[in-house]
Amino acid sequence: MLRFLLLFNRQGKLRLQKWFVPTSDRERKKVIRDMIMLVLPRQPRTCNFLRWKDLKIVYKRYASLYFCAGLEEQDNELLALEVLHRYVELLDKYFGNVCELDIIFNFEKAYFILDEFLMGGEVLETSKFAVNVSMEQADTLQETMEEYMSKPAY
Amino acid sequence: MSDVVEKTLTALPSLLSLDSQPGSAKLSSNSKLGNLIRGITELTSKHEEEKLIQRELLLIKEQVSSPNTTMRQMKELMVRAIYCEMLGYGVSFSYIHAIKLAQQGNVLEKRVYLAVSLFLNEGHELLLLLVNTVLKDLQSTNLIEVCMALTVVSQMFPKDMIPAILPLVEEKLNHPREIIRRKAVLALYKFYLIAPNQVQHIHNKFRKALCDKDPGVMSASLHIYLQLIQENPEGYKDLAPSFVTILKQVVGGKLPMDFNYHSVPAPWLQIHLLRILSLLGKNDQTSEIMYEILDESLRRAEMNHNITYILYECVKCIYTIHPKSGLLEKAAKCIGNFVLSPKINLKYLLKALTYVVQQDPKLALQHQMTIIECLDHSDLIIKRETLELLFRITNDQNVTVIVEKMLDFLRISEDDHTTIDLVGKVAELAEYAPDNEWFIDTMNTVFSLGGDLLQPDIPNSFLKLLSEFDSVEEDKKLRLFAVNSYISLLQGDSSKLPQRFLQVICWVLGEYSHLREDLEPGVVVRLLAKLLDMKSSSSETKCWVLMAMTKLCPGGAALALVHDVSETYSSSLDTMLRQRAQELQILSQDSELQAKVLPRSASMEPVEVDSSLSFLDGFVSEALAAGAAPYKPPHQRQEELSRSKLNLEPYGLSLPISISSCSITDRQSPTLLSISSGLSGDSTDFSHKGSTALKLDGVKRLWGRDGYLAQKEQTEEAPRIEAASAVRSADQLGDNNALNSQTPNPTPSPECDQEKQQLASSLFVGLASQSTPAELSALSHSKVTLLFSKQNLDVSACHVQKEDSVVLVVFISNCSDSFLHQIRLQVDSEELETEEYGAMWLAFSHDTKQNLTLIHDGRDPLAATLDVLKRKLQLHVVEIIVEAIVACCLQQDQPCLMHCRMHAGMLAVWLRSPVPDLPDCLLYCCQ
Repeated sequence: MLRFLLLFNRQGKLRLQKWFVPTSDRERKKVIRDMIMLVLPRQPRTCNFLRWKDLKIVYKRYASLYFCAGLEEQDNELLALEVLHRYVELLDKYFGNVCELDIIFNFEKAYFILDEFLMGGEVLETSKFAVNVSMEQADTLQETMEEYMSKPAY
Repeated sequence: MSDVVEKTLTALPSLLSLDSQPGSAKLSSNSKLGNLIRGITELTSKHEEEKLIQRELLLIKEQVSSPNTTMRQMKELMVRAIYCEMLGYGVSFSYIHAIKLAQQGNVLEKRVYLAVSLFLNEGHELLLLLVNTVLKDLQSTNLIEVCMALTVVSQMFPKDMIPAILPLVEEKLNHPREIIRRKAVLALYKFYLIAPNQVQHIHNKFRKALCDKDPGVMSASLHIYLQLIQENPEGYKDLAPSFVTILKQVVGGKLPMDFNYHSVPAPWLQIHLLRILSLLGKNDQTSEIMYEILDESLRRAEMNHNITYILYECVKCIYTIHPKSGLLEKAAKCIGNFVLSPKINLKYLLKALTYVVQQDPKLALQHQMTIIECLDHSDLIIKRETLELLFRITNDQNVTVIVEKMLDFLRISEDDHTTIDLVGKVAELAEYAPDNEWFIDTMNTVFSLGGDLLQPDIPNSFLKLLSEFDSVEEDKKLRLFAVNSYISLLQGDSSKLPQRFLQVICWVLGEYSHLREDLEPGVVVRLLAKLLDMKSSSSETKCWVLMAMTKLCPGGAALALVHDVSETYSSSLDTMLRQRAQELQILSQDSELQAKVLPRSASMEPVEVDSSLSFLDGFVSEALAAGAAPYKPPHQRQEELSRSKLNLEPYGLSLPISISSCSITDRQSPTLLSISSGLSGDSTDFSHKGSTALKLDGVKRLWGRDGYLAQKEQTEEAPRIEAASAVRSADQLGDNNALNSQTPNPTPSPECDQEKQQLASSLFVGLASQSTPAELSALSHSKVTLLFSKQNLDVSACHVQKEDSVVLVVFISNCSDSFLHQIRLQVDSEELETEEYGAMWLAFSHDTKQNLTLIHDGRDPLAATLDVLKRKLQLHVVEIIVEAIVACCLQQDQPCLMHCRMHAGMLAVWLRSPVPDLPDCLLYCCQ
């Protein structure tokens, strides 16, 4: 089970944080700081796995963004890399050639996609198609409602 | 005119929606969030950012509390609040508004749940306000509302409120839409994790979810099953065939294309199933039905090079379940490919070799050069994993090299957690010490590197070891060496030493400095007094110093120093310190009393303690009279608990696997470690260290059986080479190249390579497999387990499969070269007293329980059964107390204690022994 998922860029700016187990604010800040300190100085061509306390850390860099997940002891690290990859693919599909700016300005969308993909730290839906459908449905609903609300009442 | 109209029209959409257009990737150039983000990026200092955010937050605060803000604006404000929170600023004022919004909003604002779930933690008091909204949404007919409610429920929900919504979530398991069913299953999984007892009644519904026609719902239910099976593998054995069938279908590509991930059929589902199978097949014959499908998925995963994650999981599974030789070979080959792979992420999987090592240490030898290379890898993580592997193959022949490598790593490691972990491991390994000097030196390094992060049990067990050594002569030498080394440490710069280390030093000097006859107690006291003056010393350390001084009791000039010290600290604010100072003051003045309180000669004898606590008898009888329940010992309580549940499962024959598999998964305790090294054929007893004949013997077997006969001589010499001749090293060059041609890695230079070779041979020395008699090799048998060894004799046991039965074979093997003229095996029983028995019972850790049927032959069934056991096992009955019998059996120097108790027509037997396999073997005989 994933414990947390963090997205941060090369300057160490946090772009997205998701905690799958209850974590106190202090603990969160500590984890974020430690992760950024651990991951950023890693050289290219070193392995994508780290250890932090009793957790396994799996990270991968996509363009300027680092995706970093904390896993429990018995989890499969290689599979976690695929989880990160699938999330990137989902973002890519939704935004169309996703870049860091998309995630900065539409981070709530990135959260919604993540909610469709992972639930409680476990993979819920692996199909790119299905995630997209539910995203679109929710988006359309929001649009129609907005339209409806903005119409003057006769 | 038309121009104006056009401009208005283009501006319209942005006026209507403050937010970016949904679904579009375009940045909303004039949204407030956009402005905020852009504003932040333009800033140069953290200070400016802080100011900007504070201003922004004030604005948000004002707007959210204003009654005129529309829903849509509120939503936008929430998004900005989330952003500020992500930057690390407190936005607690907006929490209540987020909840309010979720409560009153229609579908449009439901996405505010997101804000709630990001802001609030499980257990936050405001969450209670959300329960009603969630309830309402779960009952909604709108699909999206239900989805969002389920998502929020699975993310954070107050534990005590689960019963309120549980029926509704349960109901969703029958929802016509699969996405709802799937989310409901995961929500229930989450409930199970936080409050398992509340979802107990719906276990059969989980089964229904497992059989759901939609594969997505089925795969969601596997999360629950994985958890359930982890907790109780016995209860779900009946499902094993179903899981195998599901896996067969998945691997066979029977799932819809939707589930494919880069042309791999449902990898997440496969991994889950593999993990479940490995849990179910552990130590169990059910493994048999899995062999075929494991073979198949291994084959399919190998065809496609990308799916290493499935290969890795398969290998883990194969090594966990009941072993099958063909599969093991394939798995070992697979790990070999990982290790040799140029991909760095696969190199990391080097640790998978630990599984191989547990099964067959010889296979690790094939990869020794790779392991050596990983040990020098520039990536610290790889290095660390390699050390982890080496830790598991340590025996008393390679311990010095491995510990040296670990200490090297410790010196460069900066991570506290790693340091604590590794220091613990080194301390564990140090018990393999080849000699006293090495042991003390290593422990010194452990203490100084570990600093005050050290687990407190390390110094404790070190001191314990020091105080209760077996032989008097060895003992004295060890202590004397410790004293010498500490004196010289204190004479140097002691201000850098960690507090824990100082405390250890104080204790040792206090207890044992009298062993060094040429040392005046006054000198020691002066050294100790120096510690008191150091600013860095904590008051705890000062207590230890004062205690050591009390024990030393010097005469002459140092006495004045002691007086000074006790004078100073007897008015200390710290009560502990004050007490120690008072003790010191009084005892140093009265040497007669001092000798009585702290007798020097008897310091090794245990202090007499009234373990029956008879002085509390009055208190107990008073409490009993007042109506308190009588005390029950822990095992009795346990038994009463187990009585309520009937165990219907047959007991598997699980003797050898249980050892190997548990040492694979868990961080090893020292006892486990010593088994695994015992398994690896290391028959050297601690007391026999230094006998070269024995060492060479272990090595010889290893290389002889492995086909590396060419290396034989070199390995034998390896431990000594480092100190010795260059001529010999030149001789070995040829051999080195021979081995290198087997590994695909290019040789950098002969010198460098030779170093590695030497390292390799010193690392892998003593890693041989247990030899089995020729008669056995023809039959299929489980792993040979070494029960105990004495001098050159090993007594081992294994299960052997005959045509129609499984037999436990216990055999004796001669591991020396000399012929034995006569072997007399005698199973001795020694007489034991009940008290001794009690003490031993508590000291032994390996506990096994079994129910036996009683024998009825007309006499008292208890006596009859005992008689049979007595005859068969050479038991010696210690005492029979009312209904509980205490019996004990001793085999050579390895005692095994048995405790029997009658109930419900059965004889419940507990066995305990310091040798982990002995109870298992004996129980087997009992049956």
